[in-house]
Amino acid sequence: MIQCKDVTFTYPAQEGREAQAALEGVNLTIEKGSFVAVLGHNGSGKSTLAKHMNAVLLPSGGTVTVDGMDTRDEALLLEIRRRVGMVFQNPDNQIVANVVEEDVAFAPENLGVPTAEIRRRVDDALRAVGMADFARHAPHLLSGGQKQRVAIAGIIAMAPEVIVLDEATAMLDPVGRREVLATIHKLHREQGITVVLITHHMDEALEADRVVVMDGGAIAMDGAPREIFTQVERLHSLGLAAPDTAELLHLLRSAGAQMPPDAMTAAECADAIANWLGK
Amino acid sequence: MNPILEIQQLTHTYSAGTPFQRTAVEGVDLSVMPGECVGIIGHTGSGKSTLIQHFNGLLKPTSGRVLVDGRDIWAKGGDIRSVRFRVGLVFQYPEYQLFEETVAQDIAFGPKNMGLAADEVARRVRDAAAVVGLDESLLSQSPFALSGGQKRRAAIAGVMAMEPDVLVLDEPSAGLDPRGRQEMMAMLGRYRQQRRATVILVSHSMEEIAANVDRVIVMNQAKVFMDGAPREVFSRVAELEAVGLDVPQSARIAALLRDRGIPVGDDVYTVDALARRLLALKGGGVC
Amino acid sequence: MLKDITLGQFFPGDTFLHRLDPRIKLVCVVLYIVALFNAASPLTYGVMFLALAVAVTLSRVPLRALTRGLKAVYIIVLFTAVMNLFFTPGTALGATWLGRHITAEGVRAAVAMVLRIVMLITGTFLLTYTTSPISLTDALESLLRPLKKLRFPVHELAMMMSIALRFIPTLIEETDKIISAQKARGADFESGSLLRRARALVPILVPLFISAFRRADELATAMECRCYHGGQGRTALHVLRCRAVDWAVLALCALLPAAVITMKILGL
Repeated sequence: MIQCKDVTFTYPAQEGREAQAALEGVNLTIEKGSFVAVLGHNGSGKSTLAKHMNAVLLPSGGTVTVDGMDTRDEALLLEIRRRVGMVFQNPDNQIVANVVEEDVAFAPENLGVPTAEIRRRVDDALRAVGMADFARHAPHLLSGGQKQRVAIAGIIAMAPEVIVLDEATAMLDPVGRREVLATIHKLHREQGITVVLITHHMDEALEADRVVVMDGGAIAMDGAPREIFTQVERLHSLGLAAPDTAELLHLLRSAGAQMPPDAMTAAECADAIANWLGK
Repeated sequence: MNPILEIQQLTHTYSAGTPFQRTAVEGVDLSVMPGECVGIIGHTGSGKSTLIQHFNGLLKPTSGRVLVDGRDIWAKGGDIRSVRFRVGLVFQYPEYQLFEETVAQDIAFGPKNMGLAADEVARRVRDAAAVVGLDESLLSQSPFALSGGQKRRAAIAGVMAMEPDVLVLDEPSAGLDPRGRQEMMAMLGRYRQQRRATVILVSHSMEEIAANVDRVIVMNQAKVFMDGAPREVFSRVAELEAVGLDVPQSARIAALLRDRGIPVGDDVYTVDALARRLLALKGGGVC
Repeated sequence: MLKDITLGQFFPGDTFLHRLDPRIKLVCVVLYIVALFNAASPLTYGVMFLALAVAVTLSRVPLRALTRGLKAVYIIVLFTAVMNLFFTPGTALGATWLGRHITAEGVRAAVAMVLRIVMLITGTFLLTYTTSPISLTDALESLLRPLKKLRFPVHELAMMMSIALRFIPTLIEETDKIISAQKARGADFESGSLLRRARALVPILVPLFISAFRRADELATAMECRCYHGGQGRTALHVLRCRAVDWAVLALCALLPAAVITMKILGL
């Protein structure tokens, strides 16, 4: 679906700041229909990588292709952006219109979709994110989680194949985060949308199919969540923490306990411990 | 010892008398001792932001009293600005309040408003920068040339430079990565130690609260829902979850273990403590 | 608090007035204003008042909301009233002020002026109360479309207006927050000379501008990500369409200035 080949990217020098290499040879293929979490500390390059996936940024070296379309091809820009939708961090700064449904309609309007079809897409998208009751509301009166769901609906209305969430949960409270994650998982499950979730909340990555860890502009780890989160020390060295379950099992194991390393949920973890204690 | 901050029957109603009337804080009683480290948790809209803005007199109670050092801050003849120097408040995403030409000037804004002499202001700027770990070479730069994390530190230093005895922070680690969160907590620890200050920390992260405070206040629907030591509060897993709050993952695991008949006790809520307890249990030790 | 400002806030609803085509409403308000400025006699003011009363009743906007809107401009109203009272030449009445007399003509002019301003404001507020900002900008875009031929950037203007409207509440909230944050650092906005107070605004305005630019930047990226590429080939969720009833209302409103002007000519 999305293919990054030897991608390098350098932010140009700015007033008071030198040119900065943000990506240094990234090779990554996002499979159609997958749910990929991209982790990494601030400045690891994860957001820069995300912005390459729909041609917000163009690689300084290497290539990024979406369904075989090179993101540097200006003529394909709209089609690439239609296929790969992006949700950003700050919910306030991506809502364009004064009324929820008008905002959701923004992208299809830009794409020249006929009025009746826009209506259908807007209603479907709002239903899919559970915001149908808010269609006529003013966005600034919604909660953070609701705003992000509206933003997601605005992307869904383009009928995209991929949604990239660029730290879209970072500014939300736990309730808002849960709402957004539940929405994303539902879209992935029910509509087969490919999801790329950029985050630094480890627990959000637990339910992904695949976890990619970025460090210093390159991919440091890549695998299933259970493979990644059992390497607790490696994660620490990359400035990340493992979920508490993995941290706990890791502590017990380093004290000599025989433990399965990959009991990721609280229940699995409790079972493993009970087992070990012989209860 | 007398409480440094006392809240008595505090109620705050927004837009009273209009259709948009909303009571954000209702009948809250609270007293904080000098040197305490208190965590406040609760949903967005539970009233915690409104509550903390009463601590330094940014909001005036609709009814009830706020006492700092035993004195009603709204009593006649009082100077509300002097309260703000005594109780420092750091808002969420404080980096958006930076405005001066250099980092040093920005940090100096608070101390200057206090009317301090130039050399005292300069000392405080240096000290505050050191506490938050901002390199001295950055002080002469524009705050807007700093990285996101550095901006946040500069903004917090701006409040610390007033050297308040009570430092209140609303979600200081919002949006930071795990390493940034750790550094933030270390910073607050340094300030607390150096000034023997009281720190009041609002956070959504139960793990952060569990690991850093010695008292937890849970707000729910404008009222204080729980108030106690972390081990008391986090042992009430079911009640917290019933009002839609998270508990630290370790507290949840501990609760699940208790359900399975393992006597881990109800006073563990951090990963380290739980691991120690379990190893002791396995070793046949008593706890 | 700044949040309490309701100048030009939309009251969602589904009344006859809400459903009218926004373009028609806009033109009607213009016609109403023309009529208002031609009103001279008590009778014509009566006609205007009646028209306004019918519109207010139809809109079901609470009277309180309308009077609250007036609060924002009461100083202007008061000022013009006083100026008219004292500075209209004519027969002197009792009271004097700074050596000037209240005149009978002044009283009449003041009453007329106050009525005119109040009715003007109520009428235009009624438009913004019953028309969402977005349909208002749609209406404007549609009405200005002929200017496109003169290379006037109609779409861009409408887009700018709608984004500005979208961000007003956000920026007001942000201003509140910055003010609180600077107050917490001991900033003093309430005392000192005018110059001092003006300087005290710097710690508010700088962060506000920086934040506005950052928002603009992020919004631009977000819009591009949603395939925005100018007005070309754009379709719309809501297409404005005038129904018979809209035309009827327009005709009625056109009668208003006609009637008032006729009455003026006839000296009624």
